Amino acid sequence: MSSFKEVYDKMDWEESKASIYSKTSKDVERAIAANHRTLEDFKALISPAAAPYLEQLAWVSQQLTLQRFGKVIQLYIPLYLSNECNNICTYCGFSYDNKVKRKTLSGIEIMQEVQHLKQMGYDHVLLVTGEANHTVHVDYLKKALELIRPHFAHVSMEVQPLDLLDYKELVPYGLHTVLVYQETYQREAYQIHHPKGKKSNFVYRLETPDRLGQAGIHKMGLGVLIGLEDWRTDSFFTAVHLDYLEKKYWQSKYSLSFPRLRPFSGGLEPKVEMSDRELVQLICAYRLWNQEAELSISTRESEVFRNNIIKLGITSMSAGSKTNPGGYTVEQESLEQFEISDERSPKVIAEIISAQGYEPVWKDWDQHLM
Amino acid sequence: MLQIGDKFFGSRLFTGTGKFSSAELMEEALIASGSELVTVALRRVQLDGSEQDDLLGRLSAPQFNLLPNTSGVRNAKEAVFAAQMAREALETNWIKLEIHPDPKYLMPDPIETLKATEELVRLGFTVLPYIHADPVLCKRLEEVGTAAVMPLGSPIGSNKGLKTVDFLEIIISQSRVPVIIDAGIGSPSDAAYAMEIGADAVLVNTAIAVSENPVQMAVAFKLAVQAGRMAYLAKLAPIVNRAAASSPLTLFLDE
Repeated sequence: MSSFKEVYDKMDWEESKASIYSKTSKDVERAIAANHRTLEDFKALISPAAAPYLEQLAWVSQQLTLQRFGKVIQLYIPLYLSNECNNICTYCGFSYDNKVKRKTLSGIEIMQEVQHLKQMGYDHVLLVTGEANHTVHVDYLKKALELIRPHFAHVSMEVQPLDLLDYKELVPYGLHTVLVYQETYQREAYQIHHPKGKKSNFVYRLETPDRLGQAGIHKMGLGVLIGLEDWRTDSFFTAVHLDYLEKKYWQSKYSLSFPRLRPFSGGLEPKVEMSDRELVQLICAYRLWNQEAELSISTRESEVFRNNIIKLGITSMSAGSKTNPGGYTVEQESLEQFEISDERSPKVIAEIISAQGYEPVWKDWDQHLM
Repeated sequence: MLQIGDKFFGSRLFTGTGKFSSAELMEEALIASGSELVTVALRRVQLDGSEQDDLLGRLSAPQFNLLPNTSGVRNAKEAVFAAQMAREALETNWIKLEIHPDPKYLMPDPIETLKATEELVRLGFTVLPYIHADPVLCKRLEEVGTAAVMPLGSPIGSNKGLKTVDFLEIIISQSRVPVIIDAGIGSPSDAAYAMEIGADAVLVNTAIAVSENPVQMAVAFKLAVQAGRMAYLAKLAPIVNRAAASSPLTLFLDE
């Protein structure tokens, strides 16, 4: 099958990086003024040359987001089903070599957590696991979906990449959205950060969105883990990937995330720091280049940052998240994936969204539509 | 009065319920618009009736007729299923059929839309399909019993106005069902223009919801639609070239 690998193989990391860093203020001004912005424009918008134009970027990003999405912010919550994992990832709390007791939720435990999330007001849930194919396999995911589906309008999943047939099998169980982050498109760095486990297969991960598209998944989420490699180059590769997917799987929706490396027990220091200003620049650049992609911000970010990013291009947020299985009720002290930064409750976040003149939206999908 | 199916409408401004900054503001703006038909996305409402729904609670004013829409479905089969759910949950057999499998520009799928319209009419629905400004498709929809047609003026949410005006005029001139111009109307002048060329109604959402003052903008649209309709009924004076030729071409006939 043809896949993004064909596009990727023709790209060169260092060449792309040099091209981004050589963009000038003229390129930035042309990109801001353009009607339809190209991938070259996107390079200019994420380049250091665009830094002085941040206020202008923010303004255009706000306008474009308002026109497309209106004054609304979608709320969702992660539900960690398992922290078992056979991969070694240098930056992740669930890494196999982190010798801490592991937990996978049983059916009864899933329902206890579900009940709690419903009480918090949620209707959109994101299921998260590590990668442990002997326990958290397709049958486990099917069972989990069967239990969870009747209680939520929208179910998304951030689990290990699966085969095409597995995705096809899960769709009838109410699976709407799958998030799969490449972590980094820099292949050598990818191998260093993923030395062991199925995840060490760079190409299998790179081709996952193609399998999602072929399986007819309604929405897929892309992103890189910011801190592993030069974020501008990684974001450009993400944009090229999205551009390819949009054209090929034209019936799918897309979302983007920009997680910055967070501390966890025994964790890795980021190789590359990204400032708040730079994160705003990236978010706005994505919006100027692509008006339709959903842009999501998690509780990794600080309270102040989250309060202020609402109006700048973001379309969805989580709140009150726990990153450990059973974290809401069942086993609050189990191993977490990373420390969250914004611990405020969904009620408080909803009030903050309203206070900014936006409507917090709890339901924007229905199981009866698929 | 405008008649669609078995209902009569005093207002020719139809409205949407998305993109507002709060449900309260939405209600206020929709009341100010004078609209009697409001469309609501099934994806945004609780269909099982298990919980009190914020959005529906704000649409309870007696003048509002609900027009559930199928936004989010990708083919005829999903649309028919969603419409049946809507009929059960919202107790109306009216459905705004939206099948746009392309989430980027939300372009309606003509093939699936025609299929779904035929099936829904057979099932007793009053169907209002959102379509491209395609005159032949409008006739085909008429033949299978559509209650109205809802061609777009420009891409949905774009506020670009009537980019498809030449095709809208053809549709209006040959339609036997009401023509409601559905998407792209960005300003009251666009709405007035649509009414002047003979549209039976317009549907406006983004331009009201995303305005800095949605209530005032709703009133502006209400007045524009009324003005445009009056102008259509009064028949616009023809546009003429100002100067007559200095040496008339037919002067020789008088000699």
